[in-house]
Amino acid sequence: MNYVASDLKVVGTRPVRPDGVDKVTGRAVFAADTRAAGMLWGKIKRSPHAHARILSIDTSKAAALPGVKAVVTAADFPDIPSEEAFVGEGPMNFRDLALNVMARSKALYEGHAIAAVAATTQEIADRALELIDVQYEVLPFVIDVEAAMAPDAPILHDDLFTAGVNPKAEKPSNIAKVVTFKKGDVEAGFKDAEVVVEGRYTTQPVHQAYIEPHACLASYQPDGQVSIHASSQGHFMVRAYTAKLLGMDMANIRVNPAEIGGGFGGKTLIYLEPVAVALSKKAGRPVKIQMTREEVFRGSGPTSGATVEVKIGAKKDGTIVAAQQVLKYQAGAFPGSPIGPGCMCGFAMYDLPNVDVVGYDVVSNRPKVAAYRAPGAPITSFAVESAIDDLARKLGMDPLTLREKNAAKNGTKTHYGPVHQNIGFTAVLDAVKAHPHWKTPVKDGQGRGLAVGFWFNIGGESTATVHVNEDGSVTVATGSPDIGGSRASMGMMVAEVLGIDVARVKATVADTASIGFTHLTGGSRVTFATGMAATQAAEKVVDDLKKRAAATWEIPVEAVEWKDGKAYPAGSNAGAFEPLDLAALALKAARTGGPIVAEVSVNAQGAGAGFGAHICDVSVDKETGHVTIERYTAVQDVGRAIHPSYVEGQIQGGAAQGIGWALNEEYIYNAKGQMENPGFLDYRVPVASDVPMIEAVLVEVPNPRHPFGVRGVGEVPIVPPMAAIGNAIKSATGVRMPDLPMSPPKVRAALDAAG
Amino acid sequence: MPTVHFSSGSGCQAFTGGQSEVEVEATTFRRLVLELEQRFPGLGKQVEEGMAVAIDGEIFQDAYHAELKAGSEIYLIPKIAGG
Amino acid sequence: MAKQHVTAVINGEETEFLCETQQTMLDVLRDVIGLTGSKEGCASGDCGACSVIVDGRLVCSCLMLGVEAEGKTITTIEGVADGETLHPVQQKFLEHAALQCGFCTPGLIVAAKALLDENPNPTETEARYWLAGNLCRCTGYDKVIRAVMDAAAVMRGEAAR
Repeated sequence: MNYVASDLKVVGTRPVRPDGVDKVTGRAVFAADTRAAGMLWGKIKRSPHAHARILSIDTSKAAALPGVKAVVTAADFPDIPSEEAFVGEGPMNFRDLALNVMARSKALYEGHAIAAVAATTQEIADRALELIDVQYEVLPFVIDVEAAMAPDAPILHDDLFTAGVNPKAEKPSNIAKVVTFKKGDVEAGFKDAEVVVEGRYTTQPVHQAYIEPHACLASYQPDGQVSIHASSQGHFMVRAYTAKLLGMDMANIRVNPAEIGGGFGGKTLIYLEPVAVALSKKAGRPVKIQMTREEVFRGSGPTSGATVEVKIGAKKDGTIVAAQQVLKYQAGAFPGSPIGPGCMCGFAMYDLPNVDVVGYDVVSNRPKVAAYRAPGAPITSFAVESAIDDLARKLGMDPLTLREKNAAKNGTKTHYGPVHQNIGFTAVLDAVKAHPHWKTPVKDGQGRGLAVGFWFNIGGESTATVHVNEDGSVTVATGSPDIGGSRASMGMMVAEVLGIDVARVKATVADTASIGFTHLTGGSRVTFATGMAATQAAEKVVDDLKKRAAATWEIPVEAVEWKDGKAYPAGSNAGAFEPLDLAALALKAARTGGPIVAEVSVNAQGAGAGFGAHICDVSVDKETGHVTIERYTAVQDVGRAIHPSYVEGQIQGGAAQGIGWALNEEYIYNAKGQMENPGFLDYRVPVASDVPMIEAVLVEVPNPRHPFGVRGVGEVPIVPPMAAIGNAIKSATGVRMPDLPMSPPKVRAALDAAG
Repeated sequence: MPTVHFSSGSGCQAFTGGQSEVEVEATTFRRLVLELEQRFPGLGKQVEEGMAVAIDGEIFQDAYHAELKAGSEIYLIPKIAGG
Repeated sequence: MAKQHVTAVINGEETEFLCETQQTMLDVLRDVIGLTGSKEGCASGDCGACSVIVDGRLVCSCLMLGVEAEGKTITTIEGVADGETLHPVQQKFLEHAALQCGFCTPGLIVAAKALLDENPNPTETEARYWLAGNLCRCTGYDKVIRAVMDAAAVMRGEAAR
């Protein structure tokens, strides 16, 4: 059924989320809050070197320390062959993942896990780590992406040959692959252009910086059964990856989804679970491992740093006729930067006849890159949207008008092949034009910037079970960890279909043994795909309830209708029966067929792409280079907002992360390739006093492929902010900032250079 | 017959000997993958495991049964991860 | 070295515990007493997820030693509600959807309570600077500040609960 045009009673309202009271009273259980009898504390020894051969590891002294119950190194894990992951979101190679979790012959970055211990107290575990004697042969290292691509760069992997080049690569390289996308004839396009802009942009690695460090509690029982409580965006992924890395059967691992304190993509893979399980097996006791904040920065994946070159050519009337990009993304120690989406997303919002994009996936001696909210897109859009802004200035055109003129519409063919369908980009631009922020003149001493963004959003596999309890209340269980309030929207969609008060519906997240397979929470997929499964399950329950009413009344099921939570005889011919509500039908469930339950699994297709546009006003202190965000408006096509507050929350949160990425966040390295700022004091994420209220404007162009019209919303909002701010700084000062972050010393230096 | 387009970034051109476009007789995506594997050994596996496919504009991350029409345009693009 | 015996009033109840001298108050709350509402986000006093109130003062419990609790009165997130009745800050956080993952929420609520105990009528700017020591990565702070301002109005009797 499709509810897009219906008069909805629950969807679109703002009820309190079902897990809310637990969260505001401190009762909610996160992974580090879990405990087990006899629990040991696990700790990981990490490489101090950016690149080194591991010559030997002597754990004997550590093992002998009183209180130490187990020590593990790579020798305790199977040496698995190279294999692409089948349950991950990809690209993920299991051998690389295993080596990242525990180094084998080489330490590839400062922070790389080398060994681990489990002890009765945290203090003993720390002392044990110091007693592990590792002999290294320190090797030359390379951090910067272009340095890593140079022919004489230190090579990280002797068996890595550049893919995607013709003729085939013969020598090992740090360039893992080359990706290209072409449309039309870009050379002819540039010949035809009357105005050309070019730019070279650089970004630094930034971390997802979830406030909750990675943590897990693992228990290996004597019968080979493993129980894990994990902080993760996907407990089915945890099960599959842990099983793979340990050479175990998935059937023997049960993963319980703890509440998760932020992920943003950084918890779509594993670091700790196989180690905790291995330690638990050796010690015969449960083992908890939680990363310190320093470990999170040094040992878990930030996103890529990158170099992006853009060239755009247009006619004097603003029609873009040629667009070119060269992108070089760091993957960290193992291949797998988001170079693909980086190549696709920069130009995805424009209708361009001639495009040429080349991208490089490059390894370097820094932590393996992990997904971060719209992976690849913020970087490419920082470059493209800054260049488009420069183009608008060169043309003497309003930046919104330039984008309107070249905007992708339904039927526009992208440069990477697919044709846009059912998109809301034009509606977003219209909403910008009509918005008071856009219409208000820029204040004296301030500057204004506009930038747009795009993300595909994904669907995929989800399972939901809806069952009616004996008292007529309802439970909806899904396999999707709740990282942003999705339990609220699951409950709301089910309540809408059943026609009952949302307070009568409880939404839970079930463990891997209790619900069908569900792909992880990421890619802005949960409200779309899991919501689809939950909606369909609720519809099946309604069909079942109608059958039971029919049996009770002894009339055909076609003569029963379901409305507002009750079964009614359809029309006076059907009979003069009193309506039966959920409680009444549940009471007699045993007599009418048994428990009232429905489970639906989907592989949801038709995820609707998301478009956003951000308007930002800034003031720049010319003495300190400090940039103040004076006003911020984020407009986005959300398809249909099930719970508008949580949709607004995604937009505000994503924008804030983009603001941090733009103004302050970066990994700072010393001359030895070691991170100098692995803490929240010097890795500066936005605090409450750094940002104003962020106005989120929800444009609703329904996605016809979802029963309620939902589009994914979580990732789009991090894509425009960096260019919006860069463009605002240009507007305020006349200076273009091509290098992120646009931190005070950099801004001040740029202002000084401009004179 | 449906036409399959390979961007050189998809890693597929290594299997097709540089060919960037190929016509394949198939009415479902499953059949298409089998045909590609037959014609260019190794390519079918590569497509199944590493790629998303856009059929007449719509992106599918995995769908054997996805229907192909006579003039369908198929693009192979990198699988899309989220965060 | 033998563990130290400490007596403090925690959430209104006299509490005795044993701890090692190097254990922080946060370690003690979470691992000795079992009050896991206060969270470790950084262990260096930069994120505020471990915020508690000690003798009326807002403190990062990761920057305080367990032994320093001797004779002190401490309020943690678990003591903010009055039995079953949520504190206005807690109630408004729920109504305004001022939390997403909820990990920073205990610290933010304790810090907001400390703000309103001291300054019942803060401006938006004062609220933002007071709460600058509580990092949130999910919300962008917008709904958090709205919730705090709304709670302040309720506590001043200017708005309905």
